[in-house]
Amino acid sequence: MIIKNKTIVADDWTVLRLNEQESAENVTVAEGKVIVPLQVWLQQRDALQQRAEIGVWLASAERPEDLKGDIHKFSVIAVDFPKFSDGRGYSIAYNLRARLGYAGELRAIGDVLRDQLFYMQRVGFDAFATRPDRNIEDALKGLTDFSEVYQTSFDQKLPLFRRVQRKGNPVVDMANE
Amino acid sequence: MYRYDEYDQQIVDERVKQYRDQVQRRLSGELTEEEFLPLRLQNGLYMQIHAYMLRIAVPYGLISSKQMRMFAHIARKYDRGYGHFTTRQNIQFNWLKLEDTPDILADLASVEMHAIQTSGNCVRNITSDEFAGVAQDEVVDPRPYAEILRQWSTFHPEFAYLPRKFKIAISGGKEDRAAVYAHDIGLSVTKNAQGEIGFRVLVGGGLGRTPIIGSEICEFVPWQHILTYVESILRIYNQYGRRDNKYKARIKILVKALGIDEFKRQVEADWADLKDGPGTLTSEEVNRVATFFTDPAYEKLTDHDSQLNEFKADSRSFSNWMLRNVKAHRVPGYAIVVLSLKKPGSVPGDATAEQMEVIADLADRYSLGELRITHKQNLVLADVRQKDLIRLWQEATAQELTAPNIGLLTDIISCPGAEFCTLANARSIPLAQLIAERFEDWDFQHDIGEISLNISGCVNACGQHHIGNIGITGVEKKDHDEWYQVSLGGAEGNLSSIGKIIGPSFTFNQVPEVIDRLLQVYLRERLEAESFIDTVRRIGHAPFKEHVYTTDFAVAEEETADKHVVAPARYSVPYFSPRF
Repeated sequence: MIIKNKTIVADDWTVLRLNEQESAENVTVAEGKVIVPLQVWLQQRDALQQRAEIGVWLASAERPEDLKGDIHKFSVIAVDFPKFSDGRGYSIAYNLRARLGYAGELRAIGDVLRDQLFYMQRVGFDAFATRPDRNIEDALKGLTDFSEVYQTSFDQKLPLFRRVQRKGNPVVDMANE
Repeated sequence: MYRYDEYDQQIVDERVKQYRDQVQRRLSGELTEEEFLPLRLQNGLYMQIHAYMLRIAVPYGLISSKQMRMFAHIARKYDRGYGHFTTRQNIQFNWLKLEDTPDILADLASVEMHAIQTSGNCVRNITSDEFAGVAQDEVVDPRPYAEILRQWSTFHPEFAYLPRKFKIAISGGKEDRAAVYAHDIGLSVTKNAQGEIGFRVLVGGGLGRTPIIGSEICEFVPWQHILTYVESILRIYNQYGRRDNKYKARIKILVKALGIDEFKRQVEADWADLKDGPGTLTSEEVNRVATFFTDPAYEKLTDHDSQLNEFKADSRSFSNWMLRNVKAHRVPGYAIVVLSLKKPGSVPGDATAEQMEVIADLADRYSLGELRITHKQNLVLADVRQKDLIRLWQEATAQELTAPNIGLLTDIISCPGAEFCTLANARSIPLAQLIAERFEDWDFQHDIGEISLNISGCVNACGQHHIGNIGITGVEKKDHDEWYQVSLGGAEGNLSSIGKIIGPSFTFNQVPEVIDRLLQVYLRERLEAESFIDTVRRIGHAPFKEHVYTTDFAVAEEETADKHVVAPARYSVPYFSPRF
C-alpha cells in the first residue's frame, strides 16, 4: 500500500535495488512494473524504453538533470530518502517538477515517515511509500498538519503575500488614511 | 514591533498541535528517540545532561514587555525560576520536562511566540542589529526585511533537512552590529548611488571548528530579489553541501571547496529561473510589514539635560554607567540603554523571573513597552527619554542590572559549558565568573576600555570565542581534565577577524592570570587612546606570547575531594558530565 493523491491505494510497482553482486549493466530487470535505479536506466536504456510501463528512482546524490529528455518516458519517478535527515530529495523533487517539467507520479521511497509528508507534498511529491513498519493510515494525517503556508514551492506558486490581503499595523494604517 | 495577523497565528497554533501530537507519540513509544530527535530539534528542544532544554525564538531579538512576562511565567512554572539569554538573541530554559513542552509552546503562542527552527539542520532564527531603528548610523532599518525573511524561512519545505544548521544575520547600519561576517548568510541592507535599497550578500562565514570570515557573493541584490536570491543559495547548498562529515557540512566548506566564483555561478544559474518570478517581493508587502516598525510618537526634546550632568558629577557609579551603558539615540532627548546581565559574579546572560518582571515594567514605563536582546547577552531599552535616565538607573540598580561594563572586560560572552551541555569539554560559566570577579574593579576596567572576552566550552564556538579580542576555548585532552586554549586578535564588526591561538593550553585556574598578563602587555605598549585590539594589530602576537609564557604560573589548583565532581553552588544538583 502507498499513499497516492492523498488516499491509500494498492501498489503493484516493484522497486529494484541492486545488491553487491549485481551491476547496473548486467542486472536482469524483471517483467512487469519495475522502478529501476537511475544507473540501470542509463545502462539499459534501449531495452527498457521498449516497455509499456517503466519507472526510475534517483538516489539522493544523483542528479535529476540526467533524465533530461527522457522525462516523459516514465510512469513513475521515485526519489530515495536513505534516512530521514537527508534532505537532498526535496531539492531533487523541486527540480524535477519546476525545472524539468515532470508531470507524472513522483514518489518518495526509503525512510519516509508521517512527519516529512507535509514538506514532501509541497515540493512536488504526490505519492509516498511510507515505511512498512509504520501505520499508513496514521501517516496520512501528516499531509494536513498545516492549512496555510508562507512561501512558494511547487504546490503553491504564489507566496502568501501575493495570495491574500494581509493587514498592516492598524495604528499606522489609520494615521495614513 | 511586528504583530501577528490571523495567518501568522494560525500557523503557530497548528504548530503547537502538531508538536503536541509528536510528543504524545514519543511518550507512547510510537516514535523511537532516533525518530523523535530531528522533530524535537526542529523545535529547539535539546536533551542535555540534567533535563530538556528549550530554546525559544526571539525574532531579530525584539520582544514586548508582555512577552518578557511570559518568560518569567515559564521560568517559574516549568523551570527553576530563571532563563538564559543567548548569543543569537534567543532565550533558553534549561530544566524542563518533555511532557510540559507542548503546554509551554501553547503559552508562547498566546503571546505570538514560538520555538520553530531554533535548532536542527534548518534555517535558524534570523538575527539583527540590537539598535535597529534607533542607531545614529543606520542607513536602512533592517527589521521589516528580517521579519519578511522570518516568514519566508518558517517551515520552508525544501530546506528543513539541510546538511547542517543555517544562520542568517541582517544589519542596516554603517557599523555592523549583527556579526554578518560570521554567518552562513550575512546581509547588509544598504542604498546604492541612486538611493535604491538592496543587500550586500555575504556567504560562507561561520565560527565552529573551522572559523571563516564570509565572502561577498553579490555586492548589491535589489530588495525585490532578496528572497529568491537566498532561496537559490540554499538550494545549491542543500544539493551539494557535504553530508558525509558533520564537521565539514556547513556552507562555508562548500564555498571554500568550490571557490566563491564558482559557487556564485551555480547560485546565479539557479536564480536566473526565479528572478522576477512570483517569489519576488512586492513594495506592498514591504510597506505593510514596515508599518509595524515606524517611529513611535517621539516627544520634542533636547539633549543635555542639566540635571543629568549634575547627577553625573555627584555619582561615580552613575557617570560610569552613562559612559558605558547609555548609547546615542538618533532622536534628540532620547537615549538607548543597555541593561547589563553581566554583573561580576553572575552567570552571563541569566535573568531570574523576578528580574524579567522588573525589566518588563521598566520597558513599559520608560521605553514604550519594548525590549531587545543583544548578541552579547544583554538587554536593551531602545527609546528612553534622557530625563528619565536617573530614575531608570535607580530602579534597575536595585535589580543588579546596571553593572557599568558594556563593551568592557567583564561583559563576557559565555556558552553554558560542560555543566549543561553534552558537547562541552570544559566549564564556561564558572570560568566567566572567576575572571569577572578578578577584574571587578571598575576603574581598572574603564582604564582598559573596549575589549571583548568570549568563552566557549568546546570548538563548536557557541561562545563565539573566535571573534573575541581574547577568546577562550575548552579543549579535550587526555584524562578528560579541563584545559583551555587562549586566542588573541579576534574581532567582530566592520573589521572582523579570527583570533589566533597563542600557544599551549592552560588549566582552569591559570586562565585569569593569563588574561592579566595579556592586559599588562597592553598597558605597557598602548599608545594614547589605543584600544586593546588596535594594540594587538599594531604590535602583533609576539610580545603577548612572550610575556604569558616566560614565567611559570604560581596558581594553586582547585582543591576538591574528587576533581570529577564539582558542585557549583548555584545549581542544586551534583555536577556530573558524562564527558569527565
